[in-house]
Amino acid sequence: MRKPTTQCTRALVALAAAAALATGCSAGSLGDSGGGNGDGVSLSFLTSNGPEDIALAEGLAEAYMAENPGVSVEVETRPGGTEGDNLVKTRLATGDMADVFVYNTGSLLQALNPTQTLVPVTDQPWTQELDPTFVEAASADGQIFGAGVGTVQAGAVMYNKAVYQQLGLQPPRTWDEFMANNAAIAEQTDIAPVIQTYQETWTSQLFVLGDFHNVLQAEPDFPERYTAGEVKYATSEAALRGFQHQQAVHEAGFMNEDFASATYEEGLRMLAEGEGVHYPILTSAIAEIVASHPDAVANIGVFGLPGPDPATHGITIWTPGAAYIPQTTEGPQRDAALDFLAFIASPQGCDVMTEAATPTGPYVVAGCELPADVPPAVTDIQAYLDAGAASPALEFLSPVKGPNLENLTVEVGSGIRSAEDAAALYDQDVAQQAQQLGLEGW
Amino acid sequence: MSTNTMAEPAAPPGRSAGAVKRGDKRKSPYPYWFYLPAAIVYTILFLVPTFASFYFSLTRWTLFDTEFIGFGNFVTFFEQPQLVTGLTNTMIYAFVTSGAKVVLGLLLAVFLTSQIIARGWLRSVIFFPVLVSTVGVGITFQVLMDPQEGLINDSLALLGVEGPGWLTDPAIALLSVALVDVWKGVGLATVIYIAGIVSIPQEYYEAARVDGAGSFQNFWHIILPLARPATATVIILSLIGGLRSFELIWAMTRGGPGYTSDVIASVIYKQYQAGFYGISTAGNVVLFLVVTAIILPLTLFLNRREVEM
Repeated sequence: MRKPTTQCTRALVALAAAAALATGCSAGSLGDSGGGNGDGVSLSFLTSNGPEDIALAEGLAEAYMAENPGVSVEVETRPGGTEGDNLVKTRLATGDMADVFVYNTGSLLQALNPTQTLVPVTDQPWTQELDPTFVEAASADGQIFGAGVGTVQAGAVMYNKAVYQQLGLQPPRTWDEFMANNAAIAEQTDIAPVIQTYQETWTSQLFVLGDFHNVLQAEPDFPERYTAGEVKYATSEAALRGFQHQQAVHEAGFMNEDFASATYEEGLRMLAEGEGVHYPILTSAIAEIVASHPDAVANIGVFGLPGPDPATHGITIWTPGAAYIPQTTEGPQRDAALDFLAFIASPQGCDVMTEAATPTGPYVVAGCELPADVPPAVTDIQAYLDAGAASPALEFLSPVKGPNLENLTVEVGSGIRSAEDAAALYDQDVAQQAQQLGLEGW
Repeated sequence: MSTNTMAEPAAPPGRSAGAVKRGDKRKSPYPYWFYLPAAIVYTILFLVPTFASFYFSLTRWTLFDTEFIGFGNFVTFFEQPQLVTGLTNTMIYAFVTSGAKVVLGLLLAVFLTSQIIARGWLRSVIFFPVLVSTVGVGITFQVLMDPQEGLINDSLALLGVEGPGWLTDPAIALLSVALVDVWKGVGLATVIYIAGIVSIPQEYYEAARVDGAGSFQNFWHIILPLARPATATVIILSLIGGLRSFELIWAMTRGGPGYTSDVIASVIYKQYQAGFYGISTAGNVVLFLVVTAIILPLTLFLNRREVEM
């Protein structure tokens, strides 16, 4: 009775082995036919998942592929905020990064350790045409690493002009005027004077970060002393004001009812539809409003976060993010990537970006023109830049930025923590970041 | 005749009683070789990283180099209020969820071992949330608990009650997440208790009925003491799980608003996200020590009580 069983077993094993071998063969040939594309190079292009960022990346990818048929550029997305920072750092460290990726300039770039992880582009001819503030923000140790994607933007208050006209209000030049406007809106209408969207924590930082122009006016040497650890947010009266303003807005009850659970898109919708009047945010939001509420674009204006002195009223600007090449991109991919960066940093690249997403300020490449029909919000920002009443945000003048600011500003804006305590905790956070970066004097 | 042959118990086939005893004194190491593969995996994946993390928690490390700084990370960890908040929140969360699971699990198990209609179906319904993805549950309840548009507050409004901001009010955010955790985990506790209750011999109930015991006395004097092994298991499992809980909190509030619903695990993750790898590792070591310090004495206490019984 055992012999037939053994024979059956042997036959089954032989059949299974043959099947496994056959599978191995077919998988191999599939792999071959998929990989070989003749002389084609394929680049993966990683960007943040904000709607404006995706629009820019896809516009650039399509235009570049139209010009260079041998290259295929595929756009991938990642989350924004601290999750995105974490993802970029991890992928760079594990050698798993896309061939080209878009990331912030300034202090966030420093946290990536660019001299060790990114390909320097200082020797490329197009770097001669770049704006000097951008060059400084996209450099480390004297080497430039990126080509600007998008335009200069402002961290300021976007406001609904229709409501202003309805109530006869003027854009404020001091903080007291701003709070008076808020009080008028609260008394005479049901509309929320100030929109906050704490479900997406990065949007809570603008009261502090967007106030930096006023800090610079009061203390022009703040960035150098801050990097050296000599001045802190808790001890500098000008710098503490940002936190105190946020607390004041919460305590006066000027925020929208659902500030704790509203998302960024909901905030923009409220602004466009007139359910909220003031929204302190990065003005890259203009592109999103053009895409989702095109008939409301004419009603949106921008003014800088007001400070104590109307004579020095101005706006805080952000240099755009840049496209970088990680050192893991090699061979024909690196050549194609460098060529792609050259395309991005050319006037043609600027035109492509203008078509993909509404520009919110000038481009950082000399020779790039803005179209004549920009939204009124962009005209407002341009007016500040033309008058010289604009300063870069702190993260472009100092390599140190604490990663936990957004959590602390959410606490201040929600009334959980006082402004002074939050500023002191932020200083501790900054100290940790400085030590992590190995800076002197911390 | 038949009684005589059956007087002595039969020896195990092939061996006499004496041979078995001699074999015990000369224990062969052969069975221990079977532990080797599992031991290797355990060492590489658990022991080595744990002891490596003890070392790395004493350094400030980036992805490229390390710098030994002694207990600096631990000092920072306990100096910052939001990190200490994480520690206290972890304790609250662990003990609330564990207590709720023990009590509710026992009550549900008593209910589901009595004679009711559709008992099998009800048991599946109670156990079903345990099987569902934690992140899915977290996201679903985050939508349901939205203060303005969520289903829970809408239903309460129908009854004329104004629902609170479940996940946006700093005072109750952590407890809302604990509630969802209990909903999700009580099925497992119930199943363990059912197994414990079902194994109680019927003689106890019969004796109690003879003595005239009501259903409450049944519960208090028979079920509760005899389900003590199950209670010990449920307490230990739910406490360990509660102390280490991360996915549900992260999916529902991300430790927010601000830091008010942070637990140690989400603090560790936030420090890692911020790039402060040394402090993150130190947090992990603290979590390891806290869990060990609570669970080890508890296990000894509960098991000793069991043996005494």
